[in-house]
Amino acid sequence: MFRPLLALLRRDLTLALRRPQDALTVVGFFVVVVALFPLGIGPDPEFLRSLAPGVLWVAALLAVMLSLERLFSDDYRDGTLEQMLLVPEPLGLLVLTKIFAHWLITGLPLVLISPLLAVQLNLRPEEILILMAALLLGTPILSLIGAIGAALTLGLRGGGVLIALLILPLYAPPLILGAGAVDAVMHGASAQAHLSLLGAMMVFALFATPWATAAAVRIMLD
Amino acid sequence: MSERGIQWFRFTAPANFYDLAGRLIPWFAALTIALFGVGLYMGLVVAPSDYQQGDSYRIIYIHVPTAWMGMFLYVLMAIYAAIGLIWRIKIAEIMAKSIAPTGALFTFLALWTGALWGRPTWGVFWVWDARLTSMLLLLFLYLGYMALHAAIDDRQRASNASAVLAMVGVVNVPIIYFSVHWWNTLHQGASITVTEAPTMAMIMFVTLMIMVLATWVYSIAVVLARARVELLERERTARWVQERLEGERR
Repeated sequence: MFRPLLALLRRDLTLALRRPQDALTVVGFFVVVVALFPLGIGPDPEFLRSLAPGVLWVAALLAVMLSLERLFSDDYRDGTLEQMLLVPEPLGLLVLTKIFAHWLITGLPLVLISPLLAVQLNLRPEEILILMAALLLGTPILSLIGAIGAALTLGLRGGGVLIALLILPLYAPPLILGAGAVDAVMHGASAQAHLSLLGAMMVFALFATPWATAAAVRIMLD
Repeated sequence: MSERGIQWFRFTAPANFYDLAGRLIPWFAALTIALFGVGLYMGLVVAPSDYQQGDSYRIIYIHVPTAWMGMFLYVLMAIYAAIGLIWRIKIAEIMAKSIAPTGALFTFLALWTGALWGRPTWGVFWVWDARLTSMLLLLFLYLGYMALHAAIDDRQRASNASAVLAMVGVVNVPIIYFSVHWWNTLHQGASITVTEAPTMAMIMFVTLMIMVLATWVYSIAVVLARARVELLERERTARWVQERLEGERR
């Protein structure tokens, strides 16, 4: 049962590696957006430090959102997605595999590059550690929820802008918890509650969103 | 099925629904005018001023009913959307679509009146209070639902896709509410609470309930009217539509 899923994972990763600019654009966007914030609000280190969790999280969230359109659109255009509907494996699992590949390509690089940006914004080492943990738990949630929006806007004109309107309100909980975790450490509190809730949310999203995404894919390919 | 009682499924047939809605709308419209008239008169003239907030508290008679209705209608919309998606009942799909603009309107009104009320009581138009923020996110959910519905040309696909979105949204509403609540209390504690004093004068309570009822009947009237138009558009080639329109022209 898992062989086809592994094959799909390998295929998606191979495709992404053959065209690394797609993944790199997302990281580049993340870096540039964070770099623009000090220009907008001033270079005061303490002030930047207090804004850092929110800035980093909002930038990561927008970066993930921008990458979502590509999650299904290529497969949709060349008909691969239609073939996936005919495969005996449940569509929910196939979708989950694609989301996982998507996260490896876009979400994970964001987590890995985040310490660099955090240093620029004067976060301390222990805060950076929590930031990475929060992003590690949070970016999969962003990909999972975002996949629903990506599926619902398949083949629509102006789909990219529509995705933003559909899913950004749903991104509020992970944003609050993720930025809150770093904020808590900055104020000398424990981030454990935030991280636990973020983990719970990820498990719930892992369980529920692939089926909603699969339903959306079916509807849009109907 | 038994012979007695109302056969509810009769009204899932488009023609029957169309006739029933047509008969109900005038009644609910009249009730709306009457209840708003009485409620506003009582709220603005009869009810006494609040000893702390003076007359500015009177916004509550618009603010609370619209806020309740905005939240309730989203759940109702999601229920109709789910019914339409699961059992393929066309009327349910149409009801879900027809509810969305009214729900968005009420949510917007709740935010607007909240801002107007915030100015005299808190000194600012907007605070990032947990309730305000979650209402704002609710408004965005409504807008997303309507935007998705409008973006898809095929009506059936538009209904199904936005139904999925409504259901995802309704699962998320409590999560959003609690996380926003937690976020706010984490930052500034309970410096501002929107909750009224628990003891409320009887006259104020009665007036508030009349206004709540008024928003209810208004919603029913407007949603049914919108559903009727939508139904005509979707079924424009059906025979029953031709018959009805011939009858109205004569």
